[in-house]
This record gives sequence, structure tokens and C-alpha cells, in this order.
Amino acid sequence: MGSLRGAVPETATLQPRQRVLEISLWRRTADYLATGFAITTVILVLAPLVAIFAYLVYKGIGSINISFLTQIPKPPGEVGGGMANAIAGSVVILAIASVLGVPLGIGAGIYLAEYGRNRFGDTVRFVSDVLNGVPSIVIGIVAYAIVVLRQKHFSALAGGVALAIMMVPTITRTTEEMLLLVPNVLREAAYGLGVPRWRTTLSIVLRTATSGIITGVMLAFARVAGETAPLLFTAFGNQYWNWRLEQPTAALPLQIFTYAISPYDDWHRQAWAGALVLIILIVSSVAAVRYVVRRGTLGGVA
Amino acid sequence: MANQALPRPHFTGPQPVVGQEVKKRLNPLVKSSDGAVADRVFGWVIMACALVVLAILGLIVWQLVARSQLSWHAFRWKFFSGQDWDPVNDSFGALPFVYGTLVSSLLSLVIAVPLAVGVAVFTTEMCPKWLRGPLSFTTELLAAIPSVIYGLWAIFVLVPILRNYVQPFLAKTLGWTGLFEGPPFGIGMLAAGIILAIMIIPIISSITREVLTVVPQHQREAALALGATRWEMIRLAVLRNARAGIVGGIILGLGRALGETMAVTMVIGNRPEIAKSLFAPGYTMASVLANEFSEAAGDLYLSALIEIGLALFLVTIIVNALARFMVWSVTRGQPARGRA
Repeated sequence: MGSLRGAVPETATLQPRQRVLEISLWRRTADYLATGFAITTVILVLAPLVAIFAYLVYKGIGSINISFLTQIPKPPGEVGGGMANAIAGSVVILAIASVLGVPLGIGAGIYLAEYGRNRFGDTVRFVSDVLNGVPSIVIGIVAYAIVVLRQKHFSALAGGVALAIMMVPTITRTTEEMLLLVPNVLREAAYGLGVPRWRTTLSIVLRTATSGIITGVMLAFARVAGETAPLLFTAFGNQYWNWRLEQPTAALPLQIFTYAISPYDDWHRQAWAGALVLIILIVSSVAAVRYVVRRGTLGGVA
Repeated sequence: MANQALPRPHFTGPQPVVGQEVKKRLNPLVKSSDGAVADRVFGWVIMACALVVLAILGLIVWQLVARSQLSWHAFRWKFFSGQDWDPVNDSFGALPFVYGTLVSSLLSLVIAVPLAVGVAVFTTEMCPKWLRGPLSFTTELLAAIPSVIYGLWAIFVLVPILRNYVQPFLAKTLGWTGLFEGPPFGIGMLAAGIILAIMIIPIISSITREVLTVVPQHQREAALALGATRWEMIRLAVLRNARAGIVGGIILGLGRALGETMAVTMVIGNRPEIAKSLFAPGYTMASVLANEFSEAAGDLYLSALIEIGLALFLVTIIVNALARFMVWSVTRGQPARGRA
């Protein structure tokens, strides 16, 4: 700065009002206040997160035991029993949802990325964004209308259909985003070798973006794994073991809901235990997602 | 092949592949005949998947409209202005639910917006680089917690705190406004608003962060060069440029709050009444569906519930489309980035 100051004309330094370094007390205070406010918001936002996790672990750890993981619920008011059937039911429903939703979502994503540079593609893109925002309870109504009313039964299948409908738009958009990251050079190289387009898409483009697509699929999975609202009148819940797809089935989130609003202390305890089991399932999949992402979205190219 | 007549140059590395060998090695990828047919079939299959996405939306609209006809013909617009919800006498008015949904969502926005924008500004503009990743990861972790767990926590932790400390305090200091009157149950509109706020903070703050990062760096540098303090730089150069995108993020959060079901159902009190006080129990459109749908006996009852679902669907679609448009108006022209 010293050398620069020498170049400034003499007249400039003679006018005190033009000194630029002076910052008024008010402006400095405003700056401090803004910084303080921002830090306060961070603390206020992190507080409930910490509180929720602390409570989950504190209440949940003490409540999980062998019988919780291996037994089915006892009649209302009796102490003991567990949520084994609900955990199994959740797995079945999520499996149905994944089998239906994942291929559809990836297929639609491939269409958008590889063929969708036209008005039809724009429509599909917009519709899947819209579907992403549809409340889950509304999707429950639709699954009720198209599956439950037809079968005349609440069923695991209906629950799976509802969750699949929720998975499709998320997977579609992330798949598209990931495929668009694949450099065109790879496609051109494959065409240049005489590889047909479908083979290029599946074996070159899709393969390259695999880890990114897995990320998208797992995010969608984590999102629907905790969904309760669409299962209320599709899977409905069940106090007993059930392996048949066309019968009402218990699910972990449903069981947590029922137990949480019940008047029994032992059911409250089990609700916390169920919540901990559910969150462990979900957080571990989110962590797995982070791991995959850190290894590089386009690991195949680099 | 003509060039086979020439002497083969000497390579030390991997040997070039010639003749039949080429075909054999590329065999899994290149087949001589099936290209065109397979391409067309593949195109159809993929196109069908995309059509299914459209079909899902069509199916939702069709089912909701068709199955709510009964109630629509019985009540018309009075459905949304009637206050009487009496399934036994087949009298259905949805106003208390509409009111509950709007009030709880707006309350949650009032709480969530300053917090979410503050967090986004802190992560993009103020915090040291090493803190940025963990901080945004932790905020997004809030989004990964299922709604039912928020509800569980709210019932057993938030509601007692509200009942014993917050509500008596609010009644004493702000009771004169009429918003904080009546017995402090804990459960009620206020609890619903707070839990909703906690749930929509991650979505608003992650969108805000996204639009703040696309504000060009030279805008910040220009403001600083003119002698602005950091806060003035944020206010003049960053927030003003990202205005539309932030509003879009807020509307997206609103869309989420409107449709949120489980946590709200667990703490709002589920009573179809319209009360001015935020301490009073209420009911939302989503919670009435959650509570009554599977027990609805009678065609008109079911149809009335589905009409509430249809209304909820239309409102969230409009809100979401608006939000997407506003976010897009700020971030367009930016390279696509993974959100994960």
C-alpha cells in the first residue's frame, strides 16, 4: 500500500471526507449483529437435531432387547412383546416398492437423459418434479383406490405400490442428472466402434454413472423407508405374522405411530425402540450414500 | 486387407489386434445384424418407462376426481365454507381443516424462514471452509429423519416443554394479543407449527444455499471493493441477487408443510374447530385423512375425504410449480450438479 499511496495526487489526501477506511460505529455494529444472528440460527437449528438424536439413543437403547426383535406385539396393556413382525413387514413392503419403482425410475431417467431433449421430455421432467411434491397421504389414497378397493383387502402389495409411486420421480430425476454428467466423448467413442445405441446406453453410459445412480436410488429408498402416511390405509398394520402379499401387513413406522399415540407406558417404550431401529436403518443408508459419493460420482471415468 | 502386405512395425507395448481377433474381442459389444431392431425395441421400452411417469400423474388426478364426485355434487363450493363436520348425519364442511392447514403452515414459515436463511448465509458466506461440509451434512440429516419420529419426539419432549415453560410465558407476556390464550395443553396449533418448522428448515436452507452459491463471485468482490462491510456485502450483493430463488425455496417449504401428515397429526389435537388462539387444538386436511380414512363408513363420507385429498393435491401442485419456476429463474444457465 505504501508505494501506491505515493501515486495518489496530493489533493486527494487533503480531503478528510474521502478517507475510505473509516467505518462508522453503526455499520460495524450491524455487521457484528448479523454475524451473531447467523451463528444463533445455526445453534437453534442444530439444537433440535441433537435433542432428537440424544433422546432416541437414550430412550431407545434401554428399550431394545431380544424379545423386542423376535416377538410379535402382546395384547394392549400387557407388558412385553416386540415388533419382529413389523420389521419383517417393512422389509417386504420396501422390497415390493423397490422391485416396482427402481427399474421404472431408472428407465424414465435414461429416457430423459438420452432421448428426452424434446417437448415430451420436458413434460415428463416437469411431471416428475410435480409428483415429487405430492403429499404422501394423497398417494396413499390413490393406492387405496387402485389396489385395496379392487382386492377388497388392505395388503402389503398396496403399501408397496404406494411407496413405489413415491420412489419413481426421485429416481427418475437423479438418474437423469447422473447420466448427463457422463461425457459425450464416451458415447461417441462407442458409436465410433459400431456399438448400437441401446448397448452404448446400457453398457457404457449407465455403467459409468452406476455409483451416482445408486446414490439416487438409496436416497429415494431412505425417504420412503420412514413413510407412514401412505401405509395407514394400504398396508394397514397387523398384530400377527403375515407373509402373504394380499393380506394386511405390519410396518415399522405404522407400529411406531400406533404405539406413540397409545396410553400405555410399555408401548411408549417400544415406540422409542422402534424409532431407534428405523433411524439406524435410514442413517446407515444415508452414510453409505455419502461414502459412495465421496468415492467420486464418476469413478469409472476418472 | 491391404496393409497386411506392409511389414508390421515393431511395438514393445500391447500388440495391435487384427482381423478375426477384432471381432472376437468386441463380440460382447458389437453384433453384426441386430442393431436397428434392438435399438427400436430399447427406445420403446425406455419411452414406456417415461410414459408411466405421466400415467401416474394421470392416475392420481383421475382417481381423485372420479371418486370425489359424490361429495362434489352434494355440496359444491359449500364444502369448503361449511364448518360442520358430522359424519353421522352426513354433513360435511371442510373449513376447519383448510384453516388448520393454512395456519399451521404459515406459523411454521414464520419460525423457519429466518432460521433457514440464517443458516444458509452462515454456511455460504461466513463459516470457515472446514466447517462447511459437516454443517450442511448435519442440516440435511434433519431431512432424513422420518416424520413419525419427529411426531414421537414432539409428543414426549416438545409438548411437555411447551406446556410447562413456553406457553405460560407466552400467555403472560403476549396474552393481550389474543393469539396466546386459554389453558396451556401443550398439544395444539403452536406445537404443530414448531414441529413443522423444524421439518421444513432443511429444505428451505438447502435451496437457499444452492441459490446463494450461484451468485457470481465478482458481485461480492465489487461490494467489498466499494467499502461494504461483510453484512452490507451479503445484503446488497448476495441476498438481493438471490431474492427470487430464496422465495422459491420458501414456497417449496410451504408446499412440504401443507402436505405433512404424521408429525402434525400426533401433536395438533385433532379437533375440527376454528379458534383464534394458537394454544387451541386444531385439525389439518392431511390429519383428517390419516385419522378417518380407513374407518370411513358410507360412500359420501369416503367421497368427502377424497375431496379433501383432491384439494390438498391441487394446492400443493400449484405451490410447487410456482416454487420450481422461481428457483429455476435464478439457477438456470448453471451447470447441472448432483444434489446428494
